[in-house]
Amino acid sequence: MDLNIFKHTGRFLILIAIQVVILNHIYFGGYITPHIYPLFILLLPFDVKGWVLLVVAFFSGLAVDMFSDSMGMHAAASVFMAFMRPTVIRLISIKTDFDQGEEPRIENKGLGWILLYTFILVFLHHMALFIIEVFRLDELPQVLLRTLLSTGFSLVIIIVAQLLMGKQSKSRI
Amino acid sequence: MRNLFNFIARHYFFFLFIFLQVVSFALIIQNHFYQRSAFINSANYLTGNIFETRSNIELYFNLRTINEELAGNNAKLLESIPGSYLKTDQQIFTFNDTLYQKQFSYINARVINNSVRNRNNYITLNKGRRHGIKPDMGIITPQGVIGIVKEVSANFSAALSLLHSDMQVSAKIQKNDHLGTILWEGYHHENATMLYIPPHVALEKGDTIVTSGFSHIFPEGVFIGTIADYEIRRGDNFFTIEVELAADFNQLNYVSVVTNLYQNELIELETAASQQ
Repeated sequence: MDLNIFKHTGRFLILIAIQVVILNHIYFGGYITPHIYPLFILLLPFDVKGWVLLVVAFFSGLAVDMFSDSMGMHAAASVFMAFMRPTVIRLISIKTDFDQGEEPRIENKGLGWILLYTFILVFLHHMALFIIEVFRLDELPQVLLRTLLSTGFSLVIIIVAQLLMGKQSKSRI
Repeated sequence: MRNLFNFIARHYFFFLFIFLQVVSFALIIQNHFYQRSAFINSANYLTGNIFETRSNIELYFNLRTINEELAGNNAKLLESIPGSYLKTDQQIFTFNDTLYQKQFSYINARVINNSVRNRNNYITLNKGRRHGIKPDMGIITPQGVIGIVKEVSANFSAALSLLHSDMQVSAKIQKNDHLGTILWEGYHHENATMLYIPPHVALEKGDTIVTSGFSHIFPEGVFIGTIADYEIRRGDNFFTIEVELAADFNQLNYVSVVTNLYQNELIELETAASQQ
């Protein structure tokens, strides 16, 4: 358990650092903003406690906010995404009993499942984020377009990051 | 009462979600009105230092561009000093410097954090209260208007970029002094929009747009950009002008923070007049 806390804390710091030092400063033209830090919330184990999930998501969003001058926006979007996570897992899974400490990883659930899982949650996160950022409904078509484009980019980055991270070591399960 | 507690305990996931969302939105709304907590923004000590280090590293890769820019600015300034002019008429004229009183003073600063792709973009500068920067000072470069300082800490300051939904800059068309307002409608960091130019004004693509100086933040005549396109939108009785911004907001390095030494006097006078 202790090892897991270190692992998740390390992951948290690395992903937030990549987000605020690199991704926030790359200009992809127009309105595309890729986000990698939701991967942290996506990778929490299936049996994570509800309050841990929400609180941890809140602070990961807040950490990004601190560096983006967007106080509260990323926090709100991340909490919303974390709130939807159990529902999404229930909706897209056939088998709903998971091993203790099992993480939603490609080798556990298969690429198709992970793609669907990541796409839905990242889409919800970006949608919430961009709607909150614009804070008006008359720009909704642009927000949707922006959400879709950014979700595509984020999806690619997140899947590649997962592949680079290697497998979840079985000894810690 | 116990039933209520049981109910909350059973659905704590939902209630915690609502609670955290309320906290987030409280932060957003507070941020929206710029009463940002001094603790968590990019003028904060920790984040400010991280940005400064990052920007120091990045700066090495931009040295060439910066040098070219500075050389260009130097050349422009050299051109404007009296020594560069040949006096062709022999009439006697005198300069009395005491007739001129300095109205604007400039502080040099470096941009250490900047964004262009959000709907609301902010800029962080590496100078703060200790260097004489105060809220509501303007930020310009020789290329044009950049933003307005909003929050100041001891060593850093956070500013609204021109690319922010709450930014409005009073501007005029240089050739005929017609007054309008520059704002940013999103989409692209190369373009802004100018509103409220009446339809009888003759416009041409490429016309220069400069600050009017009426806001007391920027001096008069600071370059903003050129007219890229104009139209009268349906239902409007003024031009909507697409302005090509002269400053490249994606490449900001050194900027000047400008102070209007008479800002308080002007604002006091105008408030007094409008209250009568």
